[in-house]
Order: sequence, then structure tokens, then C-alpha cells
Amino acid sequence: MIEQYLPILILIVASLIFAAIALLAPWYLGPRNPIETKLDTYESGKLPYGDARRQVPIHYYKVAMLFIVFDIEVVFLYPWAILLRDLRMYGLLIMSVFFALLVLGLVYEWMKGALEWN
Amino acid sequence: MVEYVWLTIAFPLIGVLINLFFGRLLEDAFSKWFKRSEVTGFIGSVTVVLSFLVSFAIFLQALGIEHFSHQVKLWDWITIGDFHVAISFLVDPLSIIMLLVVTGVGSLIHIYAVGYMDHDEGSARFFTYLNLFVASMLVLVLSDNYAGLYVGWELVGVCSYLLIGFWFFKPSAADAGKKAFIVNRIGDFGFALGIFLIWSTFGTLDYMEVFHEVGASHGEFASVINWVTILLFVGAIGKSAQIPLYVWLPDAMEGPTPVSALIHAATMVTAGVYMIARNNVLFAMAPNVSLVIAFVGAITAFFAATMALVAFDLKRVLAYSTISQLGYMILAVGVGAYAAGIFHLFTHAFFKALLFMAAGSVMHAMKGVIDMRRLGGLKDKMPETYWTFLIGAAALSGFPLITAGFWSKDNILVKAFELQQPNQAFGIILYTIGIITALLTAFYTFRAVFMTFHGEPRDKNLYDHAHENRRVMTLPLWILAIFSIGAGFLGLPSKLGLPNWIEDGWLYSVMAESHEILEHAHHFAHIGFGLEIALLSISAVVALVGIFGAWHVYIRYPQIAVDTARYAGRFYQLVLDKYRVDELYDTWIIEPGKGLADILAKIVDMNFIDKTLVDGSANSVRGLGHIMAILQTGYIRNYVMVIFVGIVVMGVYFFLL
Amino acid sequence: MGIELPSLNFGALLPVIIVILTSVMVLIFDLALSDKRPLGWISFVGLMFAGGAGWIQQSMEGFDPAFQNMAITDGYTHFFNLIFVVGAGLSVLVALGYLGKKGLQGGEYYAMLLLATSGMMIMAAGTDLMIIFLGLELMSISLYVLAAINRYSRASLEAGIKYFLLGAFASAFFLYGIALIYGASGSTNLNGIGEGLKAVPKGYEALPLFGLGLLIIGFSFKIAAVPFHWWTPDVYHGAPTSVTAFMSVGAKAAGFAALIRVLTVSFGFDGSMFADNWHVAVATLAVLTMTLGNLTALAQNDVKRMLAYSSIAHAGYVLVGVVTGTEQGISAALFYLMAYAFMNIGAFAVISVLEQQDAIGTNLEEYAGLAGHHRVLAMLMAIFMLSLMGFPMLGGFWGKVYVFLAAIEAGWIVLAIIAVLNSGIAAYYYLRVIVHMYMSPVSDQSHAINLNSAMQVALGLAAFGTILLGVMPARIMDLAASSGLFG
Repeated sequence: MIEQYLPILILIVASLIFAAIALLAPWYLGPRNPIETKLDTYESGKLPYGDARRQVPIHYYKVAMLFIVFDIEVVFLYPWAILLRDLRMYGLLIMSVFFALLVLGLVYEWMKGALEWN
Repeated sequence: MVEYVWLTIAFPLIGVLINLFFGRLLEDAFSKWFKRSEVTGFIGSVTVVLSFLVSFAIFLQALGIEHFSHQVKLWDWITIGDFHVAISFLVDPLSIIMLLVVTGVGSLIHIYAVGYMDHDEGSARFFTYLNLFVASMLVLVLSDNYAGLYVGWELVGVCSYLLIGFWFFKPSAADAGKKAFIVNRIGDFGFALGIFLIWSTFGTLDYMEVFHEVGASHGEFASVINWVTILLFVGAIGKSAQIPLYVWLPDAMEGPTPVSALIHAATMVTAGVYMIARNNVLFAMAPNVSLVIAFVGAITAFFAATMALVAFDLKRVLAYSTISQLGYMILAVGVGAYAAGIFHLFTHAFFKALLFMAAGSVMHAMKGVIDMRRLGGLKDKMPETYWTFLIGAAALSGFPLITAGFWSKDNILVKAFELQQPNQAFGIILYTIGIITALLTAFYTFRAVFMTFHGEPRDKNLYDHAHENRRVMTLPLWILAIFSIGAGFLGLPSKLGLPNWIEDGWLYSVMAESHEILEHAHHFAHIGFGLEIALLSISAVVALVGIFGAWHVYIRYPQIAVDTARYAGRFYQLVLDKYRVDELYDTWIIEPGKGLADILAKIVDMNFIDKTLVDGSANSVRGLGHIMAILQTGYIRNYVMVIFVGIVVMGVYFFLL
Repeated sequence: MGIELPSLNFGALLPVIIVILTSVMVLIFDLALSDKRPLGWISFVGLMFAGGAGWIQQSMEGFDPAFQNMAITDGYTHFFNLIFVVGAGLSVLVALGYLGKKGLQGGEYYAMLLLATSGMMIMAAGTDLMIIFLGLELMSISLYVLAAINRYSRASLEAGIKYFLLGAFASAFFLYGIALIYGASGSTNLNGIGEGLKAVPKGYEALPLFGLGLLIIGFSFKIAAVPFHWWTPDVYHGAPTSVTAFMSVGAKAAGFAALIRVLTVSFGFDGSMFADNWHVAVATLAVLTMTLGNLTALAQNDVKRMLAYSSIAHAGYVLVGVVTGTEQGISAALFYLMAYAFMNIGAFAVISVLEQQDAIGTNLEEYAGLAGHHRVLAMLMAIFMLSLMGFPMLGGFWGKVYVFLAAIEAGWIVLAIIAVLNSGIAAYYYLRVIVHMYMSPVSDQSHAINLNSAMQVALGLAAFGTILLGVMPARIMDLAASSGLFG
């Protein structure tokens, strides 16, 4: 049974070797000539300012989280939409419950002020 | 109605809860209008009266139904493997009669106590205990199995202890409580062993199943039954104050008088008699043990009567007479006259409770004085108490024809006379002891009547203070007085063609099986009409002679009593000192026991067990605890580290095995 | 093209559905109401309905396998649902009495509590590792939030974070365990695993064994078994007391519910090395858990923290019942959990009454002379302590008796002896509370105690249950024995 996993082991070993070569080869082959500009932080062509470790407002996370939640729900809609005819009334009812819960969630957030930026 | 039998226990328990938690509060709340004892006493009385009403309804339902026997199962209490104990009640004529006695007499005593305890601050506590006692006693008589019987048996013991020591600030009361408890433990030890033996032999604790197995057997349980009955009887010796464990009962008079009336006269002390009557099948199959029981009862009856002759404390006279009367009951169940024993239990509950409560009434009026040498002439001051006490005394002495005590006691004596097995001589001996005791009983009872109520007042101060008590106290006396006379007519001798309702009717189905066994063994001779009349006449004459004797000695020629005491000298002193049995126990059992306990306590316990084993182990365990607590650093990184170690250990364990 | 729609059998999960709908309702009403207390009562009523639904299910047939063998509604599920309803119901009442004092009254509290309860119910009903995991997460995430719900208290926040981090850690192990077992047996269904494992050839058991180990570890976190208990004292101590009461009873029972089902259904078959292995592993856990929990509890001076350690110890006793793997042992464990629900929530309820602010009022010193100060409260606390200790005629006593007897009958004599010794040690710290309440002079720090009606009901019910289980244990034991896990 364990033998079945042999290819995986080979794959792991091979990838490790490949990565090692990819890292070690430039280090060995490439010339090094560090100057100040080269060592500077590269930020999409813009000059960096301030500290990278700064606090982001909590609202950002909140909205992001809510976005992801509703975004993922949409994923469920695709298969349902395709099979809607075959699922008939039953599918519609079940999905309505699902949507009702989602809408309730949205209403709750809204009323609780989770969507306000202040 | 039968299925509501649990209500009889539930009502007093409700009373317990109310008085325990809210008793003081309610007393304070109503203090403007009522005395303390009236508030809590009302709750206590009402619950017991309700319980009585339920009992009475059950009685009415059972009346006229043959073989009335119901097992009312509430729930399974304990099930461990094969061991089943159910909370379940057996309602049959025997338990119904006990129900009526406990709740009926109990109600009257509760009502009486409302008046009796009116000077006491602790009435809430008092009625809590008293209600708890009623509930416990009902558990005892209603249970349909030995486990429930034992639970009730112990609970009434606890209540008795609490109530004897009710005035715990009095050292004598506290000591008396302890004494009662410890002496009872000795009996209970045997009782518990008996129950264990039943369990290990029959594999069940249910009465019916045990009786059934015994009934279906063919003598293979003979020796086991002997042992079981002996051990159960040891329990009865303690609880029903028989020789040699009777010593706690006189001291129990330290408790409030309603307690003496309810627990130490009417109900709890008769538990032993009830228990033997309940197990009549077992006892009937152990004739030799029964004979021993009969003799223990007879000797106790006689012995206690002699002590009652000389005691000066009115309540103690009654206490000895209780022991003596319990002796009669034990004698009855010993000779196999189970119904007669229960009948005497029934009548005795009325007249003895009456006597105690009347004595308590005297005590209440006399500022707590109960020494008859300081009483006297109270007849006119307290007429109601006098007349009721007189009726009770007449019943106790067996005043012929009109009192209950006459019929029930005579019934026992006749049965003793009839005893044939193993030898007729034993029957004659038991009868003779019984009849002599009856003479003494009549004598000391009327000695108490004459010394307390007749003659000249011996203590003028007290006498002037005396007054009749309130209605709440005298009314229960009158009710009991009626029963002290009327109850006797339930058990008239059938040989004279009179109806013996209780033996041939009511209790017959309970005793049928043992009756058959005894009949088969020709246990009793059946005496004829003429002999029966003769025996009755002897009883009657004996009672009258005793009463006349007391009148002769204490009213007509008071000098006789003083002279006799002087002539008897050392013997008189010996009886007065209660045969020095307490001292005997003290010297031979208690003191050596204390000495041994001292050695064990000081040398073995304090040095070795306490310091080394207990303290040592406790300290090391606690030390370990502190070390463990240090590991709880509060840092998640440490926790994760330890958890990871745990996982690795587990992994190693799984992979290496 | 027609699609064969599977029969889902919603009725089987009716209690769960009712609890979830109640939580949604609580959220909706939360928007409309400014006084949040009715929400607590709504939750309570909802839980009662869930209990009632369970009751109805019990008397009806045909609810078992639901959702295509993902869940089952058997006697076992019923029994645990009963524990959860009792635990959550009492906790709601305690919360009603406690949150107001702390200024925490709010809809999200009750909604989270109900969601956690539904998670627990799913764990008990689940017959597929994925469903059990789903329930576990639903419960855990709600509890993380609940632990940290007092945003203004550092202790509460710390509790939430610790619980979350270590809980996530545990979930990872659990998932890894599922993966390994799936790899070995080809199924995540509990029965399927059992079948699959029988086919595992000799010498290749290491993989599923390690998976089993990881599953046990994952559950051990939830039931707070040593050495995976580290979060327990800190979280129990830091979280609001009403939450602690709920967590200590509900989460523990849910952990056991799933653990017992997985062990007996998937790994319980006779003659396999899996059964032998988990018996030994769980026995080891039981010994460690009892001993360490009790010993550490001895050293505590804070009653809330002491009870946290005591709850670890109690998990150990229940594990003793689980170790046996016999019907008797499992029923004993179930009985124990039921008794524990009443007495432990009761004890925490008393603590929550006496607690003032963060950890003030939970020190043992502050219990001094409580009997003279508030008689009823002291007596209730004494009942709960005595029951936890295993005093005869109280629920805890029978729990211990049944568990120890089962261990002896299954041949785990040494384990039973260790358990008895442990309950001896435990008497010390429980009695210490009683001694402080009854035999010390009233402490000058004592403050006015106010018991509102919800709290009174909670305390009364908890005491009633504790005594009831002590007086008539046989009936609940019968119910536990008829759980049907053994056919």
C-alpha cells in the first residue's frame, strides 16, 4: 500500500532538487555589485515612505470579510441556476430559504451599522 | 385513592420545607397577631392533618375489601446491575393501621404542641423536626422493601436524636440524645446485617418476593431464617427498647413532652413490633427464635414495671410503663400472636400518648416540675387534665370491660396461655409473668394518679400557680381519651362469641400465611369458653386489686409506702437506681471503650495516622498541586510546546506498537 | 433530464433546526428591541421547543439516518440533545441574571449561544466525520466569540484569543486526522470507516492509527483532557462567568458525544488492534486528566479558577466510563454528563451572583461567612459542591458510582482505584468552599447580593436537577442505557 505513494516521494525529492538548483545556481554564477539604489525598496516605481507596519482601520477588514462571504455565496448560484428547471419547486424553495437567510444577514449588518465607514 | 398514598409522606415534607426555610420569617411576619408556635405549629399541624385525611380515605377504600394489598411504585431508585431498589409502597391492612396511628395520633400531638411550645423560641425548628419525623415514620411503615424500611428506620432514629436533644443547651438533654442514638446504633448494626443476609440469600429486598420464596421453599432456608430473624430482632431490641438495650428510653424523656408522646410512646418505639408483624411469615418459621423473643418481651415487661413502681418523675414512670407495654407487644409477636401485638400497639398508642400529654399538661402548668413528690391535689385545679389522665391510667391498668387496654392486653395474655410449642410449660410461665406485670402495672399507674392529683398539695407555691391549660392542649386529650376507651371494642375476644374485628377481619389477610404455618405446627391450643371467661376474670381482678392496692397505700395509709421503702432498704435503693444497669454499662463497656479509644486517639491516631498519613499525604498532594500550577504560565507558546510534546509522545506510542 | 433528489429527512434534525431558527429570530428582534432581556426569554423558549421536539421524536420511529447517512437521530442523539437543552437553557437563564450586571446584555450573546448549541447538537447527531467537523467548528467559533464578548475586559479578550488560537490548532489536528483516516479507509462515514479499516492489511495500520490519535487529540481539546487542557483555566477564568458555565458543560458534552460515537462505531469492533490501542490511549488520558486536574485545583484560591480545574478532573472521570467501551460504561458516562450539566452550571451560577467586576468576588476569601449573609445561596452552593464532590444522594454521587462500577466490571480495576483516590483528593477543595461559607466569620468585603428572577429560576432548576438525579437516578440511567449505540 505504501508503495503506491512512491511517485509522490519521487516528485517531492525531484522538486526539492530542482528548487535547490534554482536557488543555488544564480548565487554561484551571478556577479554581485550592490549599490545604494539597488538595495532600496522597490515599490512599483514610487518612492517608499513611512513604515510598512501600519494599522489599517478595522472597517477595512469588516467590509472585506462581508464581501468574501457574499462573494462565495454567489458560487452556489451557478450550479443551481443551471439546474433550476430540473430541480423544480423543491429547488426553488430550498434556495429561497438560503436566500432568505442571506438577506436577513445583510439586513442585520446594515441595521447594526457594519457597513458604515465611521 | 391508594395510588395517592405518597401524599401522606409529601404533606409533612412540604411542612418541613416551609418551616425549615421560612419558619422564622413567617413567625416574625405574624408576630403581631400570633405566638411563634402558633404560626409554625399551624403549618406543621395542617400538613399532618392533611396526611391523616388521605390515610383515612385510603382506609375507607380498603374497608370491606378482602385481601386488600397494593404495591404503589413511584420510581426505581437504584439500579446497579442486578441490584434493584424501588421507591415503592405497600398498602395493605397492616400498613394502613400504622398509617392511621402515625398520622392520627401525630395530628393530635402536633395540635397539642402548638400550645405546649408557646414559651419556646425554637418552635420553627421543633415543628420542622416533628414533621420530618412523621414523614420518616411513614417511609418506615409504607415501604414495600427492606431497603426502604431501613432508610425509614434510620431516619426516625435521627429525628429522635434531634428531638431528644432539642434543648441542646441542657447537657442532660444533649447526653440523652447521644445515648439514644448510640444505643440504637448497636441494634441497627444487627438489623443491617439481617438485611444483608436477606439480600445475599434471596437476591431481592422486596417483602413480597422474599415471603414468596420462603413460602415456596421446603425447609432449605431454615437456618438462614433463624439467623435473619435473630438479626432483625436485634434491631427491634434497640428501637423498641427491650432488655438489654432499653436504657436509652427513660433518658429520652429529656425531650419536649409532645416528642415523648409521639416518638417515645406511640409510634417510633413500636417500629420493632411492626417490623416483626410485617415479617410474620419469617418469624413463624423460626419458632425457637420466637420463643426467645417472647421471653425477652415478658422479662422486659416485668422488669420495667418494677422500676416504674419506685420512680418519682412522672414522665419516667410513663417511660418505664412504655418499656413494659412494649414488652407485652414483643411477647405477643414472640408467641405468634401478631395481630394481638398490633392491636395492643394500636390501643397503647392512644392511651400512652394521652398519658404523656396529660403529664405534659401538668408539667406545663407547674413550670416544668414533674417530680411527683412536689405535686399532689391537682384534681380540682386541673379538672380536664385530671379526668383525661384518669381515663388513660384506667386503660393502661387494664380496668375491666370499658377500657381499650383491658381488651388488648388480655388478648395477649390469653394467647400466651394458649402457647403449646415447644412445651406448654413455657406458655404458662409467660402467662404468669404477664399477669404479675399486669398487677404491678395497675399499681404503679394509680400510684402516679394518686400522688399527682389526689391528697394534699406538697408544694404550696407550685400548687397556687397551677391552672388548667388552653383548649388547644386539652382538646387533643379528650379525643385521645375517647379512643382510649372505644378502640378496645375493635378487638373483643372471639371465643366469647364477640366480634374480634381487628384480628379476624381487618388484619387476617396479612397474617394468613403465618397463621397457617402456626396452625400446622399446632402452635396454639384452643381453649374453651369457660377457660376464656376464667382468664378474663383473672385479668379483671388483677387490675382491680392493683388499683385498690395503690389507693390503700397512697391515700388511705400513706405511711405504708414510707415504711416499705425503709424495710426494703438496699433492695429498694437498687430498684430506685434502676438496678444500676446504667452504671454496669458504664463500668464494663463505656469506660473500657473510652480507655481504648483514648489510647487509639492519642498514640495511634494523632501521631501516626494524623501526622504521618493524613497531614503528610495532604501536604505532599497539595505541594504537588502547587508545582502543577506553576506549569500554567499563561503563555500560549508554552502551552503549544507542551501540547506538541504530548502529540509526539502519542505518535511515538502509536507507531512503535 | 431528471435529477433524483435525495430524501433529506429534515424531521430528523428538527431540534437543531429549531435552535438555529430561534437564533435567527433573536437577531431580528435584536434590531427592533432596545431592551435586550426578552431576547434571553425567546432563546429560552426556543430551547424548550427544541427539547419538546426531541421528546416527540423519541416517541416516534423512522427518523434515523438523515441527510444521506450524514446524521442520525437515535436514542444517543436524544440523550445528548437533552443535555444540550438543559445546559443551554440554564445558561441562558444565568446569562439573563448576569449580563445586566456586567452591561453585556445583547442579542448577539444569545444568538451565538444558540448557534453554539446547534453545533453541539450536530456533533452529537453526526455520523460522518465531515459533519462532526462542521458541528465542531460551528460550536467552537461561536464560543470563541462568546469568550471574548466582554470587549472592555482584558481578561475576556485574552480568553477569546487564547481559545481561538489553541482551538484552531486543535481543529487542524482534527482535520489532519480525518484526512489520514480517509486515506486509510476510503470513507469519512463512521460506519464506512469501520468497514474500510477491516480491509486494512496487517502491518499497515500505522496510518489510520495515527489518524485515530489525531482525532482523539482534537476531541481532547474540546473536552479539556490533559495534556491538551492548557487553554481551559485561562479561558474559563477570563470569560464571562455565564459563558464559562455554558462552555464547561456544553462543549465538553459535545466533545464526548462525538468522541464516544467515533470510537465505538468506527474503531470499536472487536479483535482489532484499533480498539486495544484507543482503550489504552484513552485510559492514559483519563489518568492524567483526573490527577492533574484535581492536584492543580487544590492549589487554587480563586473559586472560578478552581472550578475550571475541577471541570478538567470531571472530564477525566467521564473518560473512565469511555475507556471501558462497554454499554454500561458508556451509559454511565452519559449519566455523568447529565448530572454534571446541572451541578456545574449551578455552581457557576452562584459564582456569577457573587462576582462583581473582573475577577472581584470570585476569591475564596470573599466566600467567607456567606452562610450567615445569604443563607439560601450558601446552601445551594453547598449542594453543588457536595454533588461535584460525589456526596451520596446527589446527582454527582451516582455518576461516580456508575462510572467506577462500570470500570471495575470491565476489568479496569487499577483505573477505578485511581479514580476513587482522585475523588478523595477532590473532596478537599470542594469542602474548602463549604468550610469558608459556613465556618468563617463574615468577610468585610461582602456586598449586597441581588438575585433577579431569571437567576432564581436558574439556581432552583439546577438544584432541583441535582437532587432529582440523586433521588431517582435509575430513570435517567435507563434513558442513558437505551441510547441505542449498541443496537
